[in-house]
Amino acid sequence: MKFTKTLAAAAAMSLALAGGAFAQDPVKAGFIYVGPVGDLGWTYQHDQGRLDLEAALGDKVETSYVESVPEGADAERVMSQMARSGVDIIFTTSFGYMDPTINVAENFPDVRFEHATGYKRADNVTTYSARFYEGRHVIGLIAGNMTETNKVGYIASFPIPEVVRGINAAYLAAKSVNPDVEFKVVWVYTWFDPGKEADAANALIEQGVDVIMQHTDSPAAMTIAEEKGIFAFGQASDMMEFGPTARLSSIIDDWGPYYIERVNAVIDGTWESTDTWDGIAEGMVGIGAFSDRIPADVQAQAQAAADAIAAGTLHPFTGPINKQDGSVWLAEGETADDGTLAGMNFYVEGIEGDLPN
Amino acid sequence: MDFSSLDPVAMIVLLIGAATPILLAAIGELVVEKSGVLNLGVEGMMIIGAVTGFIVATTTGSPMVGLLGAAVGGAVVSMLFAFLTQYLLSNQVATGLALTLFGLGLAALMGKSYNGIKPPRMDRLNVDGLTDLPVVGKLFFSHDPVIYLSLVLVFAVWWFLNRTRAGLVLRACGENHEAAHSLGYNVQLIRFGAIMFGGACAGMGGAYVSLVRVPQWTEGMTAGVGWIALAIVVFASWKPWRVVIGAYMFGGITILQLSLQALGISISGAYLSMTPYIVTIVVLVIMSADRKKASLNAPACLGKSFHASH
Repeated sequence: MKFTKTLAAAAAMSLALAGGAFAQDPVKAGFIYVGPVGDLGWTYQHDQGRLDLEAALGDKVETSYVESVPEGADAERVMSQMARSGVDIIFTTSFGYMDPTINVAENFPDVRFEHATGYKRADNVTTYSARFYEGRHVIGLIAGNMTETNKVGYIASFPIPEVVRGINAAYLAAKSVNPDVEFKVVWVYTWFDPGKEADAANALIEQGVDVIMQHTDSPAAMTIAEEKGIFAFGQASDMMEFGPTARLSSIIDDWGPYYIERVNAVIDGTWESTDTWDGIAEGMVGIGAFSDRIPADVQAQAQAAADAIAAGTLHPFTGPINKQDGSVWLAEGETADDGTLAGMNFYVEGIEGDLPN
Repeated sequence: MDFSSLDPVAMIVLLIGAATPILLAAIGELVVEKSGVLNLGVEGMMIIGAVTGFIVATTTGSPMVGLLGAAVGGAVVSMLFAFLTQYLLSNQVATGLALTLFGLGLAALMGKSYNGIKPPRMDRLNVDGLTDLPVVGKLFFSHDPVIYLSLVLVFAVWWFLNRTRAGLVLRACGENHEAAHSLGYNVQLIRFGAIMFGGACAGMGGAYVSLVRVPQWTEGMTAGVGWIALAIVVFASWKPWRVVIGAYMFGGITILQLSLQALGISISGAYLSMTPYIVTIVVLVIMSADRKKASLNAPACLGKSFHASH
């Protein structure tokens, strides 16, 4: 589907070119990545988006990227350097780049910045993210059905709203189909460290976990799940080749259409600071093909949930939901507003353990 | 809180797996530093070892041949560093950092077509009657060969440095290269050899990550283990047995905090993750506070270039 979209975009572009906009300088788009392009997860998918952008816009865009940029002071240096080199638009693709992006954007008012998964904006800083929690709901349903030990392991990176939201969404969905399900969350405090991610997976398996979810960037946990004969889900990328039997489904990030839209806006002169939060409906969050090991009725249930979310008839956070301390968060039938979701800093009722701060 | 489901034996097995890459790289770097050379390129040599080991293992189908390939790969890239620093007298710190960057880039290039491939499994030791023993069997007789090899290597290094004439000569190069030279020893050649040994060890450490700990190839997968190995050498104050303690302690803290979290005990992983680094810094401060002690431990010519004409 991605291919046809790209093709359609390319066709549209060549028409525009035939209309005669040859003499234009290409727009320069820069990307800052938190991991290596070859992480085969989060950063890999952003880079696929960059390649889609190149394919769609051809001569009208020039792209560049810097990979494995640490979140922090070093990120500011890399962004400033990129901005000085005459780049028109910079995509900074990790939550930890939020403050550096705002700081650097202040010094370069003519450069447009797009920060992924954050919440701070400025006149030249846009934010964008995907509603990964919609995907978490779907795979949470599958996890709840598939676990036999009723223990689901969750390898989490940093205690930031996006990650907490994912844990809550997956837990609520799993709990709705399996009241006995228990989530074991391990925080590894890194986005990318295959060794540590693998150790975390092993530690969880020692505790009787038979389904693993992750919010880290490498396919290490999938590899361990395959080795130990348990289930896992692809994260950010499909990860099928790392766990041909272990992989049940996956959450796939598709950034290409968004990058094409935003760079087109720069070309047209219509770019302005906005906040985008797209999900399954818009295609930014994709659900990977279901494994044959999932029974047909569970597949149907998961597919129905994905369809309902896309249609807008199902919200993964629909009351009644209590917070972990037992206080009421959402009343019967009430759905969470985006503001609360964006800043989510609490576990829902039923998840054990304290949320680190 | 219920600790009964926490199996200490299983944790120790995991701990050894996490510690072995660090141990291998650190014991190699220890020999390099004992000869008077500071090679900051451990991370680069490890990742080259991770990718060459992976390529060789998947091509030949034998993880042990892969390990050998990783040692060769690590040694070959370290020769670049050795040539630049020993014969062209380039700055060791800068060259070491460059070696890390070069290694990461080259490994990414070499591994391009190896994503998503499953390497052959490294067999674990299985001795009839021993491996099945409760506790002891799992603790001592159930590991893969690399773990035993790494410990044998530590012993061999200790024996070589402290009990052989060649080891004495190597240490002499590290303590006073002019004296070693005036006695007729070829300082550059000895250091060249030490650097290659360090490269081979780092390469095997990297291959342990890509073949055993996370059996897959991913760019940048050593994720800073090389830097930890460098810190462990200082922590160990250049003593082989203390390298084992340092590496196992580091692995132990990593596994302990992950296991406690998996058990559902709230601990602040962020602080526990920091502990090994903090301990290393504290050891560094204590050592450098006492000049006499520091000069006893650190090789006196560490990081200094040697040229026969001076």
